[in-house]
Amino acid sequence: MSKLHIETTVNREPAEFLCDPHETLLSALRNGLGLTGTKEGCATGDCGACSVLLDGRLVPACLVLAPEAHGRTITTIEGLSRGDALHPLQQKFLEHAALQCGICTPGFLVAAKALLDANPNPSEAETRFWLAGNLCRCTGYDKIIRAVLDAASDMKGSAV
Amino acid sequence: MTAPREFTYVGTRPIRHDGVDKVTGRASYGADMTWPGMLHGFVLRSPHAHARIVSIDTSAAEAMPGVQAVITGRDLPETTAKIALGEAAIDLRDIGDNVIARTKVLYHGHAVAAVAATTLDIARRAAETIAVVYDVLEPVMSIDRAIAADAPILHPAMRTKGAAAGAGEPSNVASRMELKRGDLDAGFADADLVVEREFRTPMVHQGYIEPHACIARCGEDGRAVVWCTTQGPFVVRDACAAITGLDPAHVKVIPSEIGGGFGGKIVVYLEPLALALSRKAQRPVKMVMGRDDVFRATGPTSGSKIRVKLGAKRDGTFVAASASLWYEAGAYSGSPAGAGAMCALAPYRIANFFIEAYDVVVNKPKVAAYRAPGSPIAAFAIESVVDEIARELKIDPIELRFKNASEEGDRAPYGPKYGPIGLKAVLDAARNHPHWRAPLGANHGRGIAVGFWFNAGMNSSATVTVNADGSAAVVTGNPDIGGTRAAQAIMVAEELGIPVDRVRSNVGDTDGSGYTDVTGGSRVCYATGMAVIRAAEDAREQLRARAATIWNVSKDAVEWTDGRAIPPPATEKASAMTVAELAAKMTHTGGPIVGRASLYAPMAGPAFGAHICDLDVDRETGCSRVVRYTVFQDVGRAVHPSYVEGQMQGGAAQGIGWALNEGYVYSADGVMENAGFLDYRMPVASDLPMIDTVIVEVANPLHPYGVRGVGEVPIAPPLAAVANAMRDATGIRFTELPLSPPRVLEAIEAATAIPVQV
Repeated sequence: MSKLHIETTVNREPAEFLCDPHETLLSALRNGLGLTGTKEGCATGDCGACSVLLDGRLVPACLVLAPEAHGRTITTIEGLSRGDALHPLQQKFLEHAALQCGICTPGFLVAAKALLDANPNPSEAETRFWLAGNLCRCTGYDKIIRAVLDAASDMKGSAV
Repeated sequence: MTAPREFTYVGTRPIRHDGVDKVTGRASYGADMTWPGMLHGFVLRSPHAHARIVSIDTSAAEAMPGVQAVITGRDLPETTAKIALGEAAIDLRDIGDNVIARTKVLYHGHAVAAVAATTLDIARRAAETIAVVYDVLEPVMSIDRAIAADAPILHPAMRTKGAAAGAGEPSNVASRMELKRGDLDAGFADADLVVEREFRTPMVHQGYIEPHACIARCGEDGRAVVWCTTQGPFVVRDACAAITGLDPAHVKVIPSEIGGGFGGKIVVYLEPLALALSRKAQRPVKMVMGRDDVFRATGPTSGSKIRVKLGAKRDGTFVAASASLWYEAGAYSGSPAGAGAMCALAPYRIANFFIEAYDVVVNKPKVAAYRAPGSPIAAFAIESVVDEIARELKIDPIELRFKNASEEGDRAPYGPKYGPIGLKAVLDAARNHPHWRAPLGANHGRGIAVGFWFNAGMNSSATVTVNADGSAAVVTGNPDIGGTRAAQAIMVAEELGIPVDRVRSNVGDTDGSGYTDVTGGSRVCYATGMAVIRAAEDAREQLRARAATIWNVSKDAVEWTDGRAIPPPATEKASAMTVAELAAKMTHTGGPIVGRASLYAPMAGPAFGAHICDLDVDRETGCSRVVRYTVFQDVGRAVHPSYVEGQMQGGAAQGIGWALNEGYVYSADGVMENAGFLDYRMPVASDLPMIDTVIVEVANPLHPYGVRGVGEVPIAPPLAAVANAMRDATGIRFTELPLSPPRVLEAIEAATAIPVQV
């Protein structure tokens, strides 16, 4: 069985990889491109640890086939910061101690970015429901929600 | 008593040292490592809960192109070794048998063979060709079945340890223990009110988001390296060596970042298999569990049956208590029934009590530690009954608990006398908090419960290296699950008087750090923290000695204040020197400065928490929501308050999940039916409100800063706090978890049904 050659854009850079037809985007990112910031928690789309943006849309990379990435644009956790500047969400996660073990953190940050892209001024309830697809077992979500709301508040008026 | 110490850095909230790596995706967890020439391993697991293995034929798998090694139980000889875990010991015969079945499979998902191949696909397809012939046996799926006279026996050699009589017969009860004091009959005769209830809870999983993962390589010379996600690299080293027959001196374990553990990543599952495969293939082997295997084949905590009887005087004084606890151990002995028995009455002074605890094997996965093992389900039972007593006697539930609360000088039910403990301080904080008096909405109920955990001490080591620029590096052997690097850096900063961000905080591997027990038992900030403080003190004393050398005075004449060595008043041309100034001269004053400390802490400071829960119950659907929740806890001293609050909030959330939705569901033939996050329903962000925290600090005299462990206490109260809120909202006392919508709706409908006239 020959591999497929996929050309795509990952974190604003052109990227190409070879994959099996049945391989997931998660596997291609982690094993093909070495982008291990995107995590596998379940491989069934239930935990959100593999959240990425595909043409700006929030998806679990474990439920996307790698060949589907051909010609499309992907943002992973590695693409959130620019140069040496953290994204405001990343900075607020640090300031609010919004992570303990940190395994769910990349997925939460990508999902939260998608939230703020879609709704720059979310309520607490909107934030909780948007992030309901991301499991965290350490924090009880309190500090995560506070960090996202604080980042949204800081980002108002500044184009990030 | 000396005056309380003034702290510069303890109690501050610096950004954690591993933070940027973890918000940028750079931190390497168990599955994130790749080694050159690496193979991929896959485990074949039993489809049966209880069966004898008649034969295993691996020839087709071995012949498949790309397959480099296949192993079965025959490749891992039985061991009788035990390894130390603090004061306890882990029996490696059972652990080895759990890693890969030899003669019998004892649960659905029990490993029977493993394959290493050039790709994961090939390994998986090869595993599917392995022909295993089973002689299927009746599975034992409940405590009641396990202890029945005609029950199938899981382990023919098992006899009940501690049984009063009849201990000669094979049994599924691995052990029995009891605690007693006073005269139980006289105590109950003296009671004005006696409440007795029986409670049941299902197995639940820790639910860490990162599945187990490792890479191992073993050379021709038997020297091996294991990279894995673990709470205890030294446990992995010793267990792997014993199970695979390697010399522990030749095994190095490198802990990756760890994506949650809660006790479930102390024992080994994949690591010995990866080592054995690597030894056969002479190439590195990577193994990663799927989520379904995490549920089916790693250690959850016990399901239980608990009977509690509590007697009180009319004024609320508890006069007698008895409790029987049966805890599921899973496939091998080792449930936390004994710990549950010791925790059950820890919050209360009761003159007459009798507690017995049974460790019962069933055809489910072998339980592992889970956050305050044994305590939450015991607290669920006791605190539900205490709530009933408060209702019957019309006494405020906080006042009732306060009246009976243990305090300093009382003898704990499990033996020792309590030192300073914070139960009354915690209850005081709760009754004075606005939450306790806030009005409740329609269909809302409020519950309170307390919980206890011993906390652990055990073995820890630390080194503190002073760099030439006056910065420092600290190394310990505890994987950082929730901010311990930051806490340890704070301690070094405090002792040396340098800023926290001038301290590099590291997790060492088993060759690079002194022996250190697991990240568990709420012991890292306490015991390893003590080693860090002493190592930093050692470095500071060396700095003082260097100053004495420079000034040509005796070391005793050098004062140390605010991170500076102060010369004696009469010393000519000498002025105070900072750490940086002393460090710059260290090459010429005696060489590098490395502080070290190692210790065994036999005891820790026990701790209590109280939780208040407001629940909104939809009587039409049985669905409930936590609408307000406050956690009060004695933490001794909060080193980094944000991460202390995080432990309190996270423990509460896990407990709320345990109370409302979580639980293993098995078919009659022993197949786990909800081995995934969709059907094993853990709390998500939209299920919960903000979780308020109140940190209470009753200093622990065993620790130089007063630290108590904080990680485990907060999962003890929520089960009962939620159930008591449910009782308040519905008028129904639930004695079985989880309080899922179907169970609640059924009970509401039964309670409100109009009797049919016949």
